[in-house]
Amino acid sequence: MDRFNTLLKKWKGQRGNVIPLLQETQRFFGYLPEQAMQEVARVVEKSPAEIYGVATFYAQFRFEPSGRHMIKVCHGTACHVSGADSLDTALKMELGIGPGETTQDGMFTLEKVACLGCCSLAPVVMIEQEVHGRLTGDKLKKTLRKIKD
Amino acid sequence: MIQVQELLVGLGSCGIAAGARQVYDTLIRELKDRGMKIPVIPTGCIGACHREPLLEVRLKDGSRFLYGDLDIGKVKEVVTGHLVEGSPLNEYLVPEKYDYLARQKKIVLANSGVINPESIDDYIKAEGYTALRKVIGTMRPDEVIEELKISGLRGRGGAGFPTGLKWGFTSSASGVKKYLVCNADEGDPGAFMDRSLLEGDPHAVIEGMVIGAYAIGADEGYIYVRAEYPLAIKRLGIAISQAEERGFIGEHILGSDFFFNIHIKEGAGAFVCGEETALMASIEGKRGMPRIRPPFPAESGLWAAPTNINNVETLGNVPPIIRMGGGEYARIGTEKSKGTKVFALAGKIKRGGMVEVPMGISLREVIFDIGGGIKGDKKFKAVQLGGPSGGCIPERLLDVQVDYDSLTATGAIMGSGGMVVMDESTCMVDIARYFLSFTQTESCGKCTFCRVGTKRMLEILERITQGQGRMEDIDELQELAVNIKISSLCGLGQTAPNPVLTTLSYFREEYEEHIKNKRCPALHCKALIRYRVNPEVCTGCTLCVKACPVQAVQGVRKKPHIIDQELCIKCGLCFEACRFSAIEITTGE
Repeated sequence: MDRFNTLLKKWKGQRGNVIPLLQETQRFFGYLPEQAMQEVARVVEKSPAEIYGVATFYAQFRFEPSGRHMIKVCHGTACHVSGADSLDTALKMELGIGPGETTQDGMFTLEKVACLGCCSLAPVVMIEQEVHGRLTGDKLKKTLRKIKD
Repeated sequence: MIQVQELLVGLGSCGIAAGARQVYDTLIRELKDRGMKIPVIPTGCIGACHREPLLEVRLKDGSRFLYGDLDIGKVKEVVTGHLVEGSPLNEYLVPEKYDYLARQKKIVLANSGVINPESIDDYIKAEGYTALRKVIGTMRPDEVIEELKISGLRGRGGAGFPTGLKWGFTSSASGVKKYLVCNADEGDPGAFMDRSLLEGDPHAVIEGMVIGAYAIGADEGYIYVRAEYPLAIKRLGIAISQAEERGFIGEHILGSDFFFNIHIKEGAGAFVCGEETALMASIEGKRGMPRIRPPFPAESGLWAAPTNINNVETLGNVPPIIRMGGGEYARIGTEKSKGTKVFALAGKIKRGGMVEVPMGISLREVIFDIGGGIKGDKKFKAVQLGGPSGGCIPERLLDVQVDYDSLTATGAIMGSGGMVVMDESTCMVDIARYFLSFTQTESCGKCTFCRVGTKRMLEILERITQGQGRMEDIDELQELAVNIKISSLCGLGQTAPNPVLTTLSYFREEYEEHIKNKRCPALHCKALIRYRVNPEVCTGCTLCVKACPVQAVQGVRKKPHIIDQELCIKCGLCFEACRFSAIEITTGE
């Protein structure tokens, strides 16, 4: 918690600090706990409602803890025409979850994203910070099994 | 013994995703084990993304060899065969490299894939920061603006507003404090030009910003980058601190009285923030919602100060323009669209990647001569330009030339540069539905027509793709489209109907097939297709039986299988799994 307070202090009084502060808070906790958002509101001298309003506007912010591995399935145009939907089906089969959900064991969270900008490798999926390209349902399942082991 | 000058490995996001990091590490280790002292340069995007990971071998006699589709094993073979024994490995070379490049003209991307983006010295060796020296040493701010006007450069973010004019507005606005913002919130799905430029040559964009700031009198700058581009953010951060150390940013730049600092702002995931007023609201820490213009940012922008906003590629054009002179730059391109445009070629195309072409080239040349045409043996159907704000252009209009006005006349737009190629297996009604679902989700909700109108359009499109469409739906789509365009405040709403309008005008028969005959000619829309096994081709190998997630495919070894239509969810996994093309898709039955 001390580290969180240091973080708050670092941004205090800086112009345009709301979003970077929320981003760092999320990096710290893995999501935005209500208590933390209230702290942010206090530091930036705005109402909690205003902070919540900003946080909910942007797709990046989460309000519930996520699984240990974040899987982002790209649904950009190139991925869409190259079969991103069948990756969703494969994930549903393998993990039993759909976009926005987390597996019961807390291992994986699934997210649908607009475009990762790796269009020439479509369809792609980002697991943690790593992009996996030229996927098929089968290849994706194998990648997931490797992570599970 | 061959004399190797240097080795280049493409380490852009695409390259890394394809395994370039492992190739790079293996290469370094192999050279070290053999005691070979050859410089290995990690570069940004080389452009031929369809063959990543890429390695370029440059010999001292000037010859170059580009290897593609590498992996750990192949790179070891290249080291032994080519670097040690001296004979190139023809089977791994990328033969089309030079056709691929011949039709291109690299101005903005001149350094991408050539220099190490994390080394300011490499950039300086490639004439980097000479434009800034020229500007600060020999030009007044108004002369810089004049040079930009002569060059004819127009905004590369999509709208195509003349850059010199824009700079002139901010320059003449009253105010002591002024800002320059670089818009790197590249949100169009299917576009990755700005990412590649930032990853491959970040200093060029920074130099463009410093020159712009000098011209308009700004002392503070922001680069607003998508959070989805971690590598671009990292390389920008490195480049900014290097430029600060060398005195290209900061106080008394190059010994003058000019001050300028740059901050990086990470976006938080909102497409609408690519719109300039929404982007500024986001930098200020608010919800990224657009506001009415006027006042334009040039008069009242970031924290109410005069602000100039340019796209990444626009700024990347500035240093070359200053170096070669506006007049020389204006010789490239067409009468009203000068210079080059970078496109991200993707979709069902053979040679996808980053291309930079002179304005005035035809779409056909870009897709067929540079891109090599359609993947597999399929037929070209359409090319999508400009992402969710753009449109789909059919075969018969492929000779249209690439310039702002000709592309707008087709109903599409130049856009930021995403060019997604579609073949006969792409359903145009589904593409319209896809883009509408994107804009619907990304609408900020401020304007009623954009918020509710896109929702109604999406519902209609969903209905049609599900085989529940009615003929009057087409008229209703058109009516809604017109109203959304005229009643929305910002570009998002004003252009959201474009994908529907262009597909309706060029592919109306596909809509009618869906509605009247309940057929999807592209065999894509799940509700209108069926999978069946052709018993004459099926060998009974059971691969499809194993692939089916819902046990709809049934059968035993060596006997033709069957698909239970009641259970089938039409996921297509059996189709993917079959090695004998025994699974057929039918529609309209």
